[in-house]
Amino acid sequence: MFGEGILQGLYETARNFFGSYVDKDRLVTVQYPEERHQLPEATREFPFLLYDGPDPEAGLRCVACQICEKECPPRCIHIEKSKDKKPDFVGKQQFYPAVFDIDVSVCMSCQICVEVCPFDAIRMDNEYELSTSNRFGGLLYTKRELAKPNEYYRKIHPTEAAETDDRRAKEAEEAKAKAAAAAAAAAAKAAQVAAIPAVAANGATGNGAAPKPAEQPADKKPVNQ
Amino acid sequence: MTALPTAEDLKAQIEAGVPGAMVTIVPNGSPSAQDSLLLDHEHARAVALFLRDHPDLRLDFCSLVTGVDWLDTELTEKVKVKKLAAGPDGVETEQEVEETRKTKVPGYLEAVYHLFSMEKKHGPPSLPVVLRLRTANRSDRNHVPSLTSVWRSCEFQEREAFDLYGIVFDGHPDLRRILMWEGFEDHPMRKDYVPPADDILLEARP
Amino acid sequence: MTTVAELERRVEAGEDGLGDILEVSMGPHHPSTHGVFRMDVRLEGEKVVRLKPVFGYLHRNHEKIAEHGAYLSAIPYTDRLDYLCSMTNNWGYVLAVEKLAGIPVPERAEYIRVIVAELTRFQNHAGLVGFLLQDMGASGTPLMYAFREREKILDLFESLSGARMMCNYLRFGGLRVDCTAAWLEEVRRLVAGLPKFVDEFEALLRTNEILMARTQGTGILPRELAINAGVTGPMLRASGVNYDIRKVDRYGVYDRFEFRVPLGDHGDVYDRYMMRILEMRESLKILEQALRGIPEGPIMDPKTRLRGLRPKAGEAYGRIEAPKGELGFFLISDGTGNPYRYRVRPPSMINLTILEDMCLGHNIADVVVILGSVDIVLGEVDR
Repeated sequence: MFGEGILQGLYETARNFFGSYVDKDRLVTVQYPEERHQLPEATREFPFLLYDGPDPEAGLRCVACQICEKECPPRCIHIEKSKDKKPDFVGKQQFYPAVFDIDVSVCMSCQICVEVCPFDAIRMDNEYELSTSNRFGGLLYTKRELAKPNEYYRKIHPTEAAETDDRRAKEAEEAKAKAAAAAAAAAAKAAQVAAIPAVAANGATGNGAAPKPAEQPADKKPVNQ
Repeated sequence: MTALPTAEDLKAQIEAGVPGAMVTIVPNGSPSAQDSLLLDHEHARAVALFLRDHPDLRLDFCSLVTGVDWLDTELTEKVKVKKLAAGPDGVETEQEVEETRKTKVPGYLEAVYHLFSMEKKHGPPSLPVVLRLRTANRSDRNHVPSLTSVWRSCEFQEREAFDLYGIVFDGHPDLRRILMWEGFEDHPMRKDYVPPADDILLEARP
Repeated sequence: MTTVAELERRVEAGEDGLGDILEVSMGPHHPSTHGVFRMDVRLEGEKVVRLKPVFGYLHRNHEKIAEHGAYLSAIPYTDRLDYLCSMTNNWGYVLAVEKLAGIPVPERAEYIRVIVAELTRFQNHAGLVGFLLQDMGASGTPLMYAFREREKILDLFESLSGARMMCNYLRFGGLRVDCTAAWLEEVRRLVAGLPKFVDEFEALLRTNEILMARTQGTGILPRELAINAGVTGPMLRASGVNYDIRKVDRYGVYDRFEFRVPLGDHGDVYDRYMMRILEMRESLKILEQALRGIPEGPIMDPKTRLRGLRPKAGEAYGRIEAPKGELGFFLISDGTGNPYRYRVRPPSMINLTILEDMCLGHNIADVVVILGSVDIVLGEVDR
């Protein structure tokens, strides 16, 4: 019969229309911004820098090795190395970035900086409402804007963060043991030579010791969930 | 499905089938084992037709055409030269002296064609038959014969190689720029291409 | 009908009385061109007598960018070629690198690659059919249904790789992250529901009289021309050529799955439309088998260095059956950390070669339909 195909199409349309009232699979629309999707844990938007402890300057994990700067496909990272050094989480003296800028208007969220970072210092954020009225300065994030505490990382990527924390705690432990052994050896040696008291090496401080939760930077909105 | 003949067999078959054709095997050092055949300009079209219409080969599908830019290189080699030189006793004798000699190897542009057979489906593993055509140099003698009349699929890709590398395909029906605009002067995929300064963006900065 | 050459001669001679010869520039900003694509069309009345595709508006010299970067940093750029199918683009590239450097891939990684590639094919075909029907005037409804299902697949991609479209998920030697059992369970649940969607989607318009009148006999691509012009993918198979790289090359673990290669009879727009529907069904078959057979194990070859990969000097051509056709990557290494030559074989650009042949003699309104059935993405055409 001529027109049968059209009628069948109309039947399918009707089935979908009325089905959308009862079947969740037929209605997937979310009324943003009133309603929001629960973001999957893996979601990545733009990178941020991690720091341990309460102070973003002192606790910053980045050692300015500049690997991410070199590997970044669109070259949106700019790092300037510091002149002096500061101790990292195992107590080793390391450089830190005097300048660390990411131009998120260039960044393409590919996560390669995260993959290549050997210091667990850079991770992907899941903040996506980043619009700004300033076209140039507003999307150039400096070290201050990029630094976020480890607690924030644990909140947005719990599985990944737990893994990282475990690994770093283990590393810190090993470094502590090593330092203690070295100190003991030095002390024994010193005792042999003369009775001068040995100065123990400064113990490591790390995130393994569960640092106090830090406040988020005031100019950042809380994460959207 | 039959396996594809090796590069040596292909060379022999082509030279038997197309009288006068010069085929050189270009070896490939990677584990992919895809050797290629370098053709001379004069017989390139005849060889292409031979490969397409040969009943056992039937390479009817030209998958990929592309240009490659090989810059001028300087070959440095150490040669032993016999020279007259004064010995410790002041008498001139012939001695062997090592000299570094530098020879300029002119660069060239290369058109690479990857062929498969849809009819025979050689393989697996289905290796391509790779044809190469080389220009004499990178500036004025940059012509190679077009194979668009053999495989229609070369049409846009040869245009692209012309556009981005500046290889001129003789006999192409419609050799115009394809990705860059008409009136653009350089060939941006060449290795020595210098991109223009990004003035527009600089001006826009406050 | 007047021949094209004759008409061109008359137009160029500036002859008067050619009131019925009209030159139309379709695009680049035209809703039916699927992006910034232009066609220089010459019309005699409503009949197309000449059609020249013009593109390059989106050209960013992807190949040059890749030649300046390391092997690893080209992967996120391949996402942006055919931006609807980032997973298969990744696969094409990593396959070429694996051939170039001789890198083995663990079995579990191969299975996950098949799963994500077939999901990609499904969502690409669903979207394409939606767009094609939209071009024909079925405004919105089929496209909305297609995008509803695509949405579910993209959500899965996001929870696996972190991004919905720019997945950047495959790596030479394996994958970036492993999938969880929960993710696989989600895919199983989704795949179980998709056949119902395909049935409905097909029933929606397959026998629709208007659609049949518009598409049957429109834009016929003869078998010989399709082969000679290097047309690949569903376009080629709609013309009746049995050539599917999953079957011919058996790359990955495709030799372990049972699936048919659907073939068309006429090579017209209707065949191309049906080809996509049938391939969606075959994809579901492959997905079911892959989800059943996926083994446990590592997902990354332990010896491969992602950062600072330096393959031996040489070259390799790797190709896969992408949703749009044969996607190939040709790489030449000179032994350094970045490719000396990096070339993409873009299926949608080469499939455009015969656009003029398919459109000649048809009405201008059919050009929209024929172009829609080619399935182009301008990110890949222009690169």
